[in-house]
Amino acid sequence: MSRAQADNALRGELLDDGIELSLAELCRACQLPAERIFELVEEGIVEPRGRTPARWRFHALHLRRVRRAQRLQRDLGVNTPGIALALELLEEVESLRARLRHFEPGTC
Amino acid sequence: MEFRDYYDTLGVKRSATRDEIKREYRKLARKYHPDVSQETDAEQRFKEIGEAYEVLKDPEKRAAYDRLGANWQAGQDFRPPPDWNQGFEFHGGGFSGGDSADFSDFFETLFGRGFGGHGGREFHARGDNTFARISIDLEDAYSGATRTITLQQSRLGADGRPQVSERTLNVRIPRGVRQGQHIRLGKQGTPGMGQGEAGDLFLEVDFKPHPLYRVDGTDIFIDLPVAPWEAALGASVQVPTPEGRIDLKIPPNSAAGRKLRLQGRGIPARRPGDLYVVLQIVLPRADSEAAKQAYLDLQRATSFDPRAGLGVRS
Repeated sequence: MSRAQADNALRGELLDDGIELSLAELCRACQLPAERIFELVEEGIVEPRGRTPARWRFHALHLRRVRRAQRLQRDLGVNTPGIALALELLEEVESLRARLRHFEPGTC
Repeated sequence: MEFRDYYDTLGVKRSATRDEIKREYRKLARKYHPDVSQETDAEQRFKEIGEAYEVLKDPEKRAAYDRLGANWQAGQDFRPPPDWNQGFEFHGGGFSGGDSADFSDFFETLFGRGFGGHGGREFHARGDNTFARISIDLEDAYSGATRTITLQQSRLGADGRPQVSERTLNVRIPRGVRQGQHIRLGKQGTPGMGQGEAGDLFLEVDFKPHPLYRVDGTDIFIDLPVAPWEAALGASVQVPTPEGRIDLKIPPNSAAGRKLRLQGRGIPARRPGDLYVVLQIVLPRADSEAAKQAYLDLQRATSFDPRAGLGVRS
């Protein structure tokens, strides 16, 4: 890539640890109704800071969990408690696979 | 355009019931779902399965598809019959804007037009947010980088049919990014309708597997092979890090698996992670008289019992 191209590159906003999303922002980013987020919070799939929905603040990494939860529901018909279980297991499998990849390169 | 055999894709007979089709779809979807599957072609397979199910689960689309006849073979050159789409009335359930880029030309030709719902139902003043994934190297998270990504986008053309177009973006990857985080690019999503502004594009960051380092959040781990005398006597050795080589002091009497923490040398996020160097003791082979003698001398010099904890005598 040329220098000029690199200079013209789009600069986005990194949703890092310093950024928290309100309920409205999370809904807008994921294009989901608030009711759906309530269900996910009730099941402990995402855990916002703050006591009332108006004060909820979601960690930026929750965006990934919510999107994943939506895909699992839409594509596989998994219900909300099932999603909570699936996400926990998937995260465990991911970390185990990362370790396995490390100890036995080429296996997964 | 190639004919697609949707029954074959789902592995069901043409006479399969709706329940059977759903069951087979779910089985395959669990197997190939990109969030779950490790198969290399998972994403492609999942799209094909989704497309097949989209047609076969819907009695109207299935009936229309069946009317093409059973004599087509997958991959055969296909052109829709001239009277295609006549005599059918389709209700909603057409494909939504978000899915259209994923489906084949075959699907689009058969069902992309006249399957109701698309225009009015999908109307938004503001464009939709779109999501994509971007793969980067660990080193990019340390230094920041510029990466080019190509996105497929579908939008409604002047004739009311969705059109798939490709566009290429140069994106600045900010320093300190980590696995699973999103980069939000304002107004780079789906264009708005009328005067509405475009949605946002969210890029999910994915690290490519690295041959040396293992990543856990903002922390980085590297295995460092050391000689027995380096671990026993202490040493100063060079260690690669994503930022370049550093000199590291190995304390005397270090055991295998000992972790040495280099604070703040992990991913330079807002709260920087740490770099962990994990010692791996590597034994030299006893392949010469001198080496054998050295091992024997070591045996005599120590009363070392590696199996002391197992309750057996050595």
